[in-house]
Amino acid sequence: MRYLSPKRWVHILGRKRWWELCILIAFMLFFYGPLLHMFMLAFANKYEMPAVIPQEFGFQWWKYVLSQPTLVSSISLSFMIAFITTGLSLLICIPAAYVLARYDFPGRKLVMFSFLLGNAFPKIGIYASMGIIFYRIGLMGTLPGVLIVHLLGGMMMMIWMPTNAFKSVPRQQEEAARDVGAGPIRTFLYVTLPMAWPGIAVAAMFTFIGSLGENQGTLLVGLPNYRTMPVEMYGVILDYPATAGAVFALILLIPNILLLFLMRKYVGPETLSKGFKMG
Amino acid sequence: MSGNVKLELRNLTTLYKSGDGVRNINLTVNKGELVTLLGPSGCGKTTILRTIGGFIPATSGQILIDGKDITHLQPEKRPTAMVFQSYNLWPHMTVYENMAFGLKLRKVPKNEQKHRITEMLELVKMTGYEKKYPGQMSGGQQQRIAIGRSLLLQPDVLLLDEPFSALDAKIRSQMREELRKIQTDLGITVVFVTHDQEEAMALSDRIVVMNKGTFEQVGTPQEIYNHPVSRYVADFIGEMNFIPMLDGSTKAVRPENISVSHGTGKDLDGYVRTIMMLGHYIEMTVDTDIGIVKLYITAEEAEQYKKGDPVTLTLGDYRTYSDHQSAAE
Repeated sequence: MRYLSPKRWVHILGRKRWWELCILIAFMLFFYGPLLHMFMLAFANKYEMPAVIPQEFGFQWWKYVLSQPTLVSSISLSFMIAFITTGLSLLICIPAAYVLARYDFPGRKLVMFSFLLGNAFPKIGIYASMGIIFYRIGLMGTLPGVLIVHLLGGMMMMIWMPTNAFKSVPRQQEEAARDVGAGPIRTFLYVTLPMAWPGIAVAAMFTFIGSLGENQGTLLVGLPNYRTMPVEMYGVILDYPATAGAVFALILLIPNILLLFLMRKYVGPETLSKGFKMG
Repeated sequence: MSGNVKLELRNLTTLYKSGDGVRNINLTVNKGELVTLLGPSGCGKTTILRTIGGFIPATSGQILIDGKDITHLQPEKRPTAMVFQSYNLWPHMTVYENMAFGLKLRKVPKNEQKHRITEMLELVKMTGYEKKYPGQMSGGQQQRIAIGRSLLLQPDVLLLDEPFSALDAKIRSQMREELRKIQTDLGITVVFVTHDQEEAMALSDRIVVMNKGTFEQVGTPQEIYNHPVSRYVADFIGEMNFIPMLDGSTKAVRPENISVSHGTGKDLDGYVRTIMMLGHYIEMTVDTDIGIVKLYITAEEAEQYKKGDPVTLTLGDYRTYSDHQSAAE
């Protein structure tokens, strides 16, 4: 234990590096501390004051959360909505992105910019005004209403990234396909789309994750019929013990971590940085 | 003769929005002939090629293949195949898939596809590369596959857009030879585009020398080298000395048509500036009143001279250009 004393460390590392280490540790605690704490909470069967570490570990709260029918149904609802949102936005945005990438029409930049604009304002303001319209046309508390909210959330990502993905496919690759006898549609399906896939896949993953985490809009438009995981989270924080909340939060986290891991594996950072070029 | 014509361009005009492009092009390419469009970048040679391939719409005029008008057909409906400068193999497909793509679209049966692809890989000397992806191959290998991919479809006219300019010198000349061999063996009709006059001379049955969207001269490599119709062509093809005359005209002499001797009094006097060994011949440059003149001499001749020697030059076969366009013997 003697060798763990900070005084010795100063001499081992030198004064400057010792301070750097201190700052690093402080930051790590700041970033990962709450996450670690949540992890610990989720697997704590018994955790009473004033203990720092839970007295007993186990899956008790997982069983509890998974036995709550409203929570479980919110999980499946969340995933269902995320899948539909991603599918729909692929259907809508891929053709739009292709047009934006390949055809130069007046106002093209403005169209691109308009998708950024939707993200520049506080979301709640947009949702409030959407809510007013939804009341009028009867979309409040309906699945289409919720889907529209989710679609809008991912729109910028789904337009910008695929547009740039399509742009990065050299035109001559398409010409080569036309040249060997493929019509425009076959060229798109067999050459352009596969070559643009990485960028599109990243955008789709972000849309999926975004949809899973979307709460403000769903809360406003979906309640009381559509209670997704993040919406339930509000209730969980208020009504359940902290350990149940931690379990629920971890469940929310799993797909995100999984998707980010996949993304890191299959798509390089340059796809990401290129994805946000405008013009 | 007309039964032998494969490709014909009639009054072809292709203009871009900027007003650039080519105007009133007339050209016939015979069956089995390799015709090269040669010119500096921006002269319109690629524009013509891409118009034939269907990638740029013709503004007016006609493109005929075997007498059939294809001017308004989409690229996929044309009996042409194009090889691009940047190879343009599809990176997400293997070599085999790249080559099979066009055959599949033509509904060629699977085993015949395999047979034809194997044969073609042999022809372009790429046997065993079926499962490789384009990214795993060198530029020269990719271009072989790209040429094979185009040839597989048995096009009526093969279009090559500077196919070798991205390759290094040695592979370039090797590919050139092989292309020429394949072309004569298969008897295919080829339109070739390049800015490299040496490549054009080496490959072509006929060369079209282009300048700013128009044809300067059409002829065999020999015709164009020996009888350039304009100063522009003379300057563009091979080495040429331009010697201004007192009456305002210009004499054009090839370096191999100038002989050198000691002393003064022949056509041009000057001093030896450099003597450079260039393989089997020697290049000498001579400082004269009208500038530097270049000539080729033999090794034995070269031994008689050293830098600074006063020499006199005799101009052999030369042409006189009175202005930039017209030529006379």
